[in-house]
Amino acid sequence: MFACTRRYAEAGLSRSTIHIKSAGGFERGFVITVCRACPDPPCMKVCPTNALIFRKPGGVTLIPSKCIMCKNCVKECTVGAIFWDEEINKPAICVYCGYCVNYCAYNVIKLEPLPEGGGSK
Amino acid sequence: MIESDPIVKVLHIDLTSRRSWIKEQPELFEKRLGGAGAAIELLHKECPPNTDPLSPDNPIILAVGQLNAIFPIASKMAAMFKSPLTGNLGESYGGGRSAIALRMAGYGALIIKGRSETPIYLAIHDSEVNFRDASVLWGMGGSSTVGRVIREREPQAGIRTIMRIGKAGERLVSYACVVTETYRHFGRLGLGAVFGSKKLKAIAISGRRTFKFKDPKLYRTTYDEIFKALTTSPLMKKYHELGTAMNINPLNEMKALPTRNLTKSNFEAAEEISGETFAQRYLGRRVACAHCPVSCIHIAALRIPYETEPYFYKTKMISYDYELIYSLGSMLGIGAADEVLKLIDEVETQGLDAMSTGVALAWTTEMQQKRLITENETAGLTLKWGDYTTYIKTTKNIVTQPNDFYTALAHGVDYASSKYGGEEFALTFGGNEMPGYHTGPVAHIGYLVGARHSHLDGAGYSLDEKLAKAGKTPTPQTVAEALLTEEQWRQILSSMIICYFARGIYTPEIVAKAYRVLGYQLSYDDLMKTGANTLKSKYNFKRREGFDFERLKIPPRIFEVPTPLGTLTEGFIRETIQNFKNLLEATPDSESVRLQ
Repeated sequence: MFACTRRYAEAGLSRSTIHIKSAGGFERGFVITVCRACPDPPCMKVCPTNALIFRKPGGVTLIPSKCIMCKNCVKECTVGAIFWDEEINKPAICVYCGYCVNYCAYNVIKLEPLPEGGGSK
Repeated sequence: MIESDPIVKVLHIDLTSRRSWIKEQPELFEKRLGGAGAAIELLHKECPPNTDPLSPDNPIILAVGQLNAIFPIASKMAAMFKSPLTGNLGESYGGGRSAIALRMAGYGALIIKGRSETPIYLAIHDSEVNFRDASVLWGMGGSSTVGRVIREREPQAGIRTIMRIGKAGERLVSYACVVTETYRHFGRLGLGAVFGSKKLKAIAISGRRTFKFKDPKLYRTTYDEIFKALTTSPLMKKYHELGTAMNINPLNEMKALPTRNLTKSNFEAAEEISGETFAQRYLGRRVACAHCPVSCIHIAALRIPYETEPYFYKTKMISYDYELIYSLGSMLGIGAADEVLKLIDEVETQGLDAMSTGVALAWTTEMQQKRLITENETAGLTLKWGDYTTYIKTTKNIVTQPNDFYTALAHGVDYASSKYGGEEFALTFGGNEMPGYHTGPVAHIGYLVGARHSHLDGAGYSLDEKLAKAGKTPTPQTVAEALLTEEQWRQILSSMIICYFARGIYTPEIVAKAYRVLGYQLSYDDLMKTGANTLKSKYNFKRREGFDFERLKIPPRIFEVPTPLGTLTEGFIRETIQNFKNLLEATPDSESVRLQ
């Protein structure tokens, strides 16, 4: 969660695009939410200004200048993987840069090429 | 300090009038670095002399440091208050998400005063402060149930903290703790009772923000250097493999493991409750505090069969650490890991400090065996070493307090022994119950002179072990100097606020580097002077509230059982205390250290 913001050489949580929460208390373990890089992204279809562009083979790229902050994409994402950067008032979406992987001390996450047709495992 | 750092904001909350306001106090963070340095300044100011610890005037001060949420393992929050257990400085640290949440909510400190008429919990989300009704939560089962209810009611799962008390806090047990994120605690010195006295059941905090740096590149390189050290250094290995529980076997072998109220210093069943046994048979999960790559929190999965139904089980997840296994295991002669876990679970459910509870149970057992108390006092229970089911019942009685004896025991072993006798085997130091190290004189001197009467103040146990290995004989002067210097340095770690487990990584050089990212140029001398100031300020508070080195009681029991460094003598301990006091008094009260 902290790595996303640190990628921009800043500290904090505003730019997090991966979210970890407990599965109903620490005793139940954790749930990681991150963009699946869908081959047919629902978020893109509900963007009224085409601010989300399909990125091959899956997922989207945000064009901030086109975004009108309607949050349709946030509501539409089935897995809740579109976050909101309150500081710039725009969506925060994983771009699969893989920076966070370097800081996962227990190899829970790793960066690998998306399969043909998109969509992470 | 980084530009426009919101850490300068101190959030004041008055529970009586249900009002809150913000005061900007940059000097607490610029000159005192924040954390412990800020908290002790606030305590002096906010806690009037001779305040009753359970009165509305006693403030709860929660503070973070500038490094929280910026560097890894800066994951601790400081709590300061007047302790209902010792009557002077109350100070404890907790992890979980507490520190990150307060820092991300945009505050440097939180001060809670007053007393609510009805049970209440606070929900602080960024600039929003809500006073929410907690009358339904008051008296509810266990502290984890309370957490579960609040989780459903509050937003920001994953980045919030939920600090809460159990019934022990409600019933004002002097060593009630505050639990955060189920498995972390503001354990010692009775913060839970102060919450309870204010009818404050819980605090939920969350926020999200970004900090920018003048030299962004320096931030990333410094971060990476520290992260690499934390994840590869052999110094961190024990915390993330077996965890602190790995200390059971070595301490037992060197005859430093307090057993059966320290009638012995080794336990014949130590192997059965060792870190290795816990890991092999019960370790079910390891987790970490927010922004820490170590994951030292060891959680056992305990499968418990239903009593009447075959093939029906429930599985409880119970965290364990060295101190809990000592106090609720060897100290009570319990030599089975599952039985220790069941007792830990009860202590957690009630929201008690594990160390104080274990020592209280051990003292009560010996009192009853010596017939200084009878079944009249124990409410019909017969306490026996190793009988964990009776210890579970006794633990419940400490909280429900069915008679005068349990009410006294709920005030701590020091108080109970002053009423009922047995002071010669009442293992308390400065009013606080003993930690699990009978390693030699330095450990005990550390408990006596340390500002919070904890093994963590000056880490005397570590010095004892070094002396034993080197075959050296300590002198009162060198011991006093070593303890004071260590405790002064640790004020810096407690101001950042770094988890002490990473003290080997955050050397003065690394600390200076980390502060450089925030715009400080600190020499070792600056850091030590600031640490010395903070520590002196803590002792000034203690003295103001009646603490006196000359009046420290030494439990005679510690002279009866040899340590790895031989049999202890009162003369050596008293002389070292005097030396410590002299050295402390020679440090200036407040020295203007130019930090930026």
